[in-house]
Amino acid sequence: MVGSHAIETRDLRKSYGEVKALCGVDLEVPAGTVYALLGPNGAGKTTAVRILTTLLPLDGGTAHVCGLDVMSDATELRARIGLAGQYAAVDENLTGAENLEMVGRLYHRPRAEARERARELLERFDLSDAADRLVKTYSGGMRRRLDLAAALVIRPPVMFLDEPTTGLDPRSRIGLWEVIERRRAAGTTVLLTTQYLDEADRLADRIAVIDHGRVIAEGTSEELKLRLGGERLEVTLADSAQSDAACSALASLARERPSAEDGVLRIPVSERRGTIGRAVRLLDEAEVQFDDIAIRIPTLDDVFLTLTGRPPEDGDDGETADAEQHETEVAR
Amino acid sequence: MSQLRFAVSDAVVIAERGLKRIRRNPDLATAFTVQPIMFVLLFVYVFGGAIQVPSDFGDYADFLMPGIIVQWMSFGGFATALGLAEDMNRGLIDRFRSLPMARSAVLTGRTLADVVTNSLGLTIMIGVGLMVGFTFSTSVPEVIAGIGLMLLIGYAFSWVFAWIGLLVSSPESANAYGFIIIFPLTFLSSAFVPPQTLPEPLKTFATDINPFSYMVDAGRALFVGTPAGNDIWVSIAWCLGLIAVFGMLAVARYRRAVAS
Repeated sequence: MVGSHAIETRDLRKSYGEVKALCGVDLEVPAGTVYALLGPNGAGKTTAVRILTTLLPLDGGTAHVCGLDVMSDATELRARIGLAGQYAAVDENLTGAENLEMVGRLYHRPRAEARERARELLERFDLSDAADRLVKTYSGGMRRRLDLAAALVIRPPVMFLDEPTTGLDPRSRIGLWEVIERRRAAGTTVLLTTQYLDEADRLADRIAVIDHGRVIAEGTSEELKLRLGGERLEVTLADSAQSDAACSALASLARERPSAEDGVLRIPVSERRGTIGRAVRLLDEAEVQFDDIAIRIPTLDDVFLTLTGRPPEDGDDGETADAEQHETEVAR
Repeated sequence: MSQLRFAVSDAVVIAERGLKRIRRNPDLATAFTVQPIMFVLLFVYVFGGAIQVPSDFGDYADFLMPGIIVQWMSFGGFATALGLAEDMNRGLIDRFRSLPMARSAVLTGRTLADVVTNSLGLTIMIGVGLMVGFTFSTSVPEVIAGIGLMLLIGYAFSWVFAWIGLLVSSPESANAYGFIIIFPLTFLSSAFVPPQTLPEPLKTFATDINPFSYMVDAGRALFVGTPAGNDIWVSIAWCLGLIAVFGMLAVARYRRAVAS
């Protein structure tokens, strides 16, 4: 085992012809934690997952999962990981139960055991009623749940979830979050990729922000948010001349020095709950008029704006040409 | 040793999967059961009266059955092409590749399923054939050898179809390409008419070159008792050659398709 990390990569590199998908990624995922790779489309998240799950050969660097080399120990490694992708990788022409039984048997478990485990998982994922229906008739959310169940057939110590909630309705999304949280509680290491900051925030112990094939920031959700300025109160003043009055009225709420620009006051706050109510009272007492007041939570857009100076692009390539100049802000 | 065992058991799991699919799909289930009946009946009753068969054969049914069985066997693999083309279009191959299963099983399992459906088609065809006048005129071991040869022919073409299925972009085109390549070849052989009746360049092709003619004539030797010559050995050599060449092509194509 390399260190005590369930997943460890050093200078991981991968190109598709001219296009560089990963340009030297270092990751360390402690065993038993949930780790999120956060980034826009084309950032290299899926490429990293495909390398770590032995689906793709790497071009340079090293990658170990459970202490096993993804290239030289691939066969052994496959018996210890579970993978659920962004496309539900289940057979439409089989029933839910048959899908899970098939996966169990391909993990070389005896038929009876595979069948029993399939029933157990279907029940846990709320699919018992649909167990003997063809997957063709399943909804999108049901397919994803089945896909996730397939990744859990052998109770793998390490799970990879590639954008597990993309395209899901809010209810299914929360259902999946709960499953992931239960896996963590059971001691499973989970590496998930996501485009959503709130998802990484809710699930992950640590987050790596990845862009153009590089990790541009890494840390706990709190650390990243602090770096981003965290949550803030935004007040749109009726009269920008009252900026100073408003700042001093709200000074008791501010975690850091407020900024004022064009009559909009931005005040970093450490506490969300009750903040708006208190702010309204304080502004009334100081007789400051305002048009709008709101709490702003950093979004993925803010992360990228802060870290790279540009909004996330929806590109599919791993072009790195202009990544260099955007990266200077976040030297770790 | 355990690797070989897994290669077999994993292929069986994948084969079961393919067979479940066929059983559940009414179109495919019809193709595999009604079509062989239809083929035998159409040929026997439509061409039977018109075609003058060589004197070695009792009637057209005796002449036809080995030919139509070989044609059916050569198409049996289209389920492999269909299945693989479908799989490549979906994320399922990634799941399989992330499992500790034998990687070969994705292909061998499909072709193994064809052996089962081919056996079914063969049984139906022989059953219908016997009802419309076909008779075995050879010994039981020869008939068994003939059945074995027919299944080997089917298995060889499964690998041709495996390659086609991996090459094309959709299940529909897999079917179309298979049809365009194989269908004319089966007609330019000794399968349905005595090749002596064909015009010259086609006649040479049908008697001396086309592997289907060797396969059909080998089937006739083993089922009806016509002189075998070297037909049986040439047929087996063709089958093994097809499996070797298209097996390698399919594996190479599969590797390339998934390595991105």
